[in-house]
Amino acid sequence: MQNIQDLEKILNSELNTKIKSSFIKHNQIYLKIDEVDLTEVILFLKTNSKTKFRQLIDITAVDFPENEIRFKLVYLLLSHEFNQRIIIEIDVKDKEIVGSITSIFPAANWMEREVFDMYGIDFKDHPDLRRILTDYGFEGHPLRKDFPLTGHNEVRYSHETKKVIYEPVKLEQNYRNFDYESPWEGTKYIKEQTKE
Amino acid sequence: MAKETKTLNLNFGPQHPAAHGVLRLILQLDGEIVEKADPHIGLLHRGTEKLIENKTYTQAVPYFDRLDYVAPMNQEHAFALAIEKILKIEVPIRAQYIRVMFCEIGRILSHILNVTTQAMDVGALTPTLWGFEEREILMGFYEKVSGSRLHANYFRAGGVHQDLPKGLDKEIGNFCERFPKIINDLELLLTDNRIFKQRNVDIGVVSKQDALDYSFSGVMLRGSGVPWDLRKSQPYDCYEQFEFKIPVGKNGDCYDRYLCRIEEMKESVNIINQCLANLPVGPIKTDDGKISPPPKKEIKQSMEALIHHFKLYTEGYRVDKDEIYTAVEAPKGEFGVYLISDGSSKPYKCKIRAPGFSHLQAMDYLIKGHMLADVPAVLGSMDIVFGEVDR
Repeated sequence: MQNIQDLEKILNSELNTKIKSSFIKHNQIYLKIDEVDLTEVILFLKTNSKTKFRQLIDITAVDFPENEIRFKLVYLLLSHEFNQRIIIEIDVKDKEIVGSITSIFPAANWMEREVFDMYGIDFKDHPDLRRILTDYGFEGHPLRKDFPLTGHNEVRYSHETKKVIYEPVKLEQNYRNFDYESPWEGTKYIKEQTKE
Repeated sequence: MAKETKTLNLNFGPQHPAAHGVLRLILQLDGEIVEKADPHIGLLHRGTEKLIENKTYTQAVPYFDRLDYVAPMNQEHAFALAIEKILKIEVPIRAQYIRVMFCEIGRILSHILNVTTQAMDVGALTPTLWGFEEREILMGFYEKVSGSRLHANYFRAGGVHQDLPKGLDKEIGNFCERFPKIINDLELLLTDNRIFKQRNVDIGVVSKQDALDYSFSGVMLRGSGVPWDLRKSQPYDCYEQFEFKIPVGKNGDCYDRYLCRIEEMKESVNIINQCLANLPVGPIKTDDGKISPPPKKEIKQSMEALIHHFKLYTEGYRVDKDEIYTAVEAPKGEFGVYLISDGSSKPYKCKIRAPGFSHLQAMDYLIKGHMLADVPAVLGSMDIVFGEVDR
C-alpha cells in the first residue's frame, strides 16, 4: 500500500497548477480544484500509474444557499491498487454548466443525472440528461435547501374523475420543526398563532 | 428478398414479479433479442436524504433500515461509523463483536433472498421455500435483539442499543451448526442443475475493466475476478480479528456470482462462529453521557443522567463541523455514507451511496444482445433492492 502522504505529494507535484488546496483527514485525501480543470484532473487520476484511481464511487452536490457560489460538487474516487480514497471538490455557481465526465467513467451517467435532478446543476456533453429519481413531470430540485420538506404537490386517486390527480399539499397538522437550541420557545408556528 | 423488420418496444414493469420491486424497464426488442434497455427508477423514491437533513442523528438511523430492507443493520453500520469517526468515539469491544455478528447475519439474510429468488426467476421454486424458512429464523434473531424483525434501529453511534438477551448466543450457535447443511441442500438443487446452469452460465458477462468502469462493487466485482472486499482491505470495527476468505469468480457471469454468494454465506457462518467463540464481556455502548443515553435505573437517581436523557431525546447530540465518507461492505456491495456535519444536532448533508444504483445503471450494457428471457436472470444476479436504488 502506498503511503497516503506520498500520494498527496505526488498529486501536488504533478498537478500543482491545478490544485487549489489539498489536505489529509480521516485517512482520505481532500482536493479542491477549479471547474475548468475537472475533466483533466479526473482523467489524470484515473490513468496515471502512480495514482490509479480507477473507480468512481459517487458524485454529489452540497447546497449552501447563503454563499455567493452556491453549490459544491463532490467527486469520490477509489484506487484499488493503492487502497486509497480521494474526495475532489469544485465550487459551482447557480446555473453554471459543468463538464460531464461520462466519457471517462461510464458510471458517471446516472450519478450526474441524479445531481441534475436533485440540485438542478447542468452537465455539458452528457449523453442523456433527464430526471432520474423524481416523478415524470416533476418541477423543482428537492435537495436544494430552499425546497420544502413536504414538497409542493401530492398525488391521489380521484373517484370523481376516475384517474390519478395532483393537488397542492394540504397538511392536517403543520410540520413541527422544534427549535432545539432553546427548547422553551417551541416552534415557529405556535409563536405566530399566539401573536394573533 | 430481405424481410423488413421492426423493433418492438416492450414495457417491463413497474409491477412485474421478476423485476424485484418497482422497476420500469423499457426494452427495445428485435424479435427476442434485446437491443436496448432503459431502466426507469425512482418509483420508490421517498426522499431519504432530504428527510435525514431534517432529523437528528438518532432519528436518522431508522431511515437506513428502509434502504436495503433485506439487510437493514449493514446500512446502519455505515452511518454509525461515520458519526463515530467524526466524534472520535471508541466503541467497546463487545459492541463491535455484536455489530459484526449481526452484519454477517444480514449478509446471510440478503444472500438467501437473492440466491433463492434468482433461482425462482429462472424456474426453480423449491429453494425459495427452503431458504425463506431460514430467513424467518434469522429475522427472529433480529427481533430478539432489537424488538423488530425488519426495521431494527439497533446500531447507535458508539455501540448498539441494548445487550443480547440471555440465551440468544446459544440460539445463534445452534443455527450456525445447522445452516451449512441447508446451504448444501440448496447447492444440491442448483449448482449442478442443468436448467439452472443453462440459464446462468455465460449470461451477463462482465469483464474486469468494465466492472471497474461501471463502479461495480461487492459480488458484482468479485464475480469478475477482482479480489476486493472492504472487510479485508479497509477493515472497520473488529473485522481484522477474524479469519475468513474472500470468494472470487472467474468468468464474471451470473453463475459465478451465484457461486460467490453461496461461498460468502459459508464464510459468514464462519465469522459468526468466531464471534460467538470469543464474545467478550463488557459494556455495549460508549459511556460518554453526551452521546449515549443513560440506563433507566440511573435516570431515577441521578440528576445528571436525567438531563442527559432529556437533551439526547429532544435536541440530540451535536456533531462537530466535518466532512467524511465511510463505506462498509454491505451484502450487495460498497454501501457508503458521505456526511457533512455543521456542529448542530442534524446532518447538513447525508449522501447515501447505494451499490445497487451503479449496478442497475449497467443494465443496458449487460443485457444488450441477450434474449428477453435473460432479463430476469441478469436482473436477479445483480441483486437489486429498490429501497436502496431509489432511496
